[in-house]
Amino acid sequence: MSSYLTIKNLTVRLKNGAPILRAVSLDVAAGQVHGLVGESGAGKSMIGKAVLGTLPRALQVTSGEIWLDGVDLLSLPASERRRRIGATAALIPQDPLTALNPSKRIGPQITRRLVDILGWRKQDAEARALDLLGEVHIPDPARVMRSYPHELSGGMRQRILIASAFAAEPKLIIADEPTTALDVTVQKQILRLIGEMQARHNTALLFVTHDLGVVSKVCDTLSVLYAGKVVEEARMQRFFMRPIHPYSAALLAATPTYTNPDSSLTPVPQTVTDAVEREVREHDLRAGA
Amino acid sequence: MMYEIRDLRLSFPDMTQKPLLGPAPRIEVLKGLSFDLPKGAVLGIVGGSGSGKSTLGRAMLRLLEPSAGSITFDGTDITHMQEAQLRGMRQRFQMIFQDPMSSLNPRRKVGGIIAGPLKLHGLDGLQARVDEALDMVGLPRSFAQRYPHELSGGQRQRVGIARAIALRPAFILADEIVSGLDVSSQAQVLNLLGELVRELGLTLAFVSHDLSVIRRLCDRVLVLHQGVIVEEGETAALFEAPQEAYTRALLEAIPLPDPDQPWE
Repeated sequence: MSSYLTIKNLTVRLKNGAPILRAVSLDVAAGQVHGLVGESGAGKSMIGKAVLGTLPRALQVTSGEIWLDGVDLLSLPASERRRRIGATAALIPQDPLTALNPSKRIGPQITRRLVDILGWRKQDAEARALDLLGEVHIPDPARVMRSYPHELSGGMRQRILIASAFAAEPKLIIADEPTTALDVTVQKQILRLIGEMQARHNTALLFVTHDLGVVSKVCDTLSVLYAGKVVEEARMQRFFMRPIHPYSAALLAATPTYTNPDSSLTPVPQTVTDAVEREVREHDLRAGA
Repeated sequence: MMYEIRDLRLSFPDMTQKPLLGPAPRIEVLKGLSFDLPKGAVLGIVGGSGSGKSTLGRAMLRLLEPSAGSITFDGTDITHMQEAQLRGMRQRFQMIFQDPMSSLNPRRKVGGIIAGPLKLHGLDGLQARVDEALDMVGLPRSFAQRYPHELSGGQRQRVGIARAIALRPAFILADEIVSGLDVSSQAQVLNLLGELVRELGLTLAFVSHDLSVIRRLCDRVLVLHQGVIVEEGETAALFEAPQEAYTRALLEAIPLPDPDQPWE
């Protein structure tokens, strides 16, 4: 099975040298879903941003490789890199309201990328957008194409962004907390939809989330991050049966579940954070040497 | 009873439908809610977005005035009480907010933030009360000299809790107070809240969309959907045998961290 996305020893630093990602490596194969989990500030979103070339200005990739569909993105000149990324990867963002332009109708927002970047004819792009809106189970796609974002519910807007992400048949989709802003019932529909679309299009999916419950429903493999370092990489079933790293186990123990109300809810213990901090420092020493 | 709520209705003007001249039509958000909240109880208020759960909380604190029905707080009818009178009552019902970053004044130190409401209610011995509140939420007293941006999310939320309990209220409304926190800080804040309820004999209403959190903390649950109480009952009973289809759908939609959970 070929990997659509391979990241090798990716290190991202602040301009002043402070590390944000510490030699992160991971693989996502076609048709696979890889989860990135961790607490806020662990750097899980930054991996996606590094791949898409949308890191904040204050950050830069200082070493490592990002192979997307057989090409090392970081070896390409900037303009060529952007073109490759635009043609092979797409993003499903967290907040469907801020990701859509409030002053433009839905239709042009989906077709713009196809027409302007990929050079499709306008009619083809519109036909494709209609098909996709149908595929994400939007009733009356023609009417929705003419609607403005504020006329649609949060769940509908997220469906539109999913359709839009799949529009150009990307090899890789990065979903960054795509359901955090939604109700549980809508979240369930959206997660199923993402899974269904991803399987049908055989896309590699990198799924960023802080919710271990969500991970257990959509991912095949996952990486647990702490302070920009992967502390555990695992297949999903094994991870939930026997997490190996103490930090992973602590995260699981801190997650409340309504089916198990009597087990004590344990915050990540100080001993565990101390140990994982030590690991990170040792890594930095080795990296500096 | 801490609260007796009868046929509570609350509506807002629907400005999207307002004619050029004349008043806007009203849109009803709470459609006749009745329930009792006994003293010392921890009530979870759960529902989807737009169900009216935050509006209900705000009506209970009389931050909003009901359009019909009645709210009785500890024997006193506060449904249409004037602001001047309410001010005297407010010391007894307090609120903890969802986002501690936007509900704590960034230009004041933690000590000043906690002392603010104490001054407003004309209490003396501020320093001692602030210290005591910090002790109760497990923050070092030296934090009184810090600014909110110097604290982590979990610590900021503790400051929000300290500000509420410093007044020694009988009732606290906590509106989505852990939804912005990582699981580890969330666990700490929930454990802390549980302890405080026991130690101070608080009555608590905990608004949340997260049923797993509700199950941990609350002894009663009220499920809201489109401004109506769908189901109300004891937590264990409601979770084990939900009577209403909506409650069941809500429960089944929760992704448990368990790959073997059926998720068709």
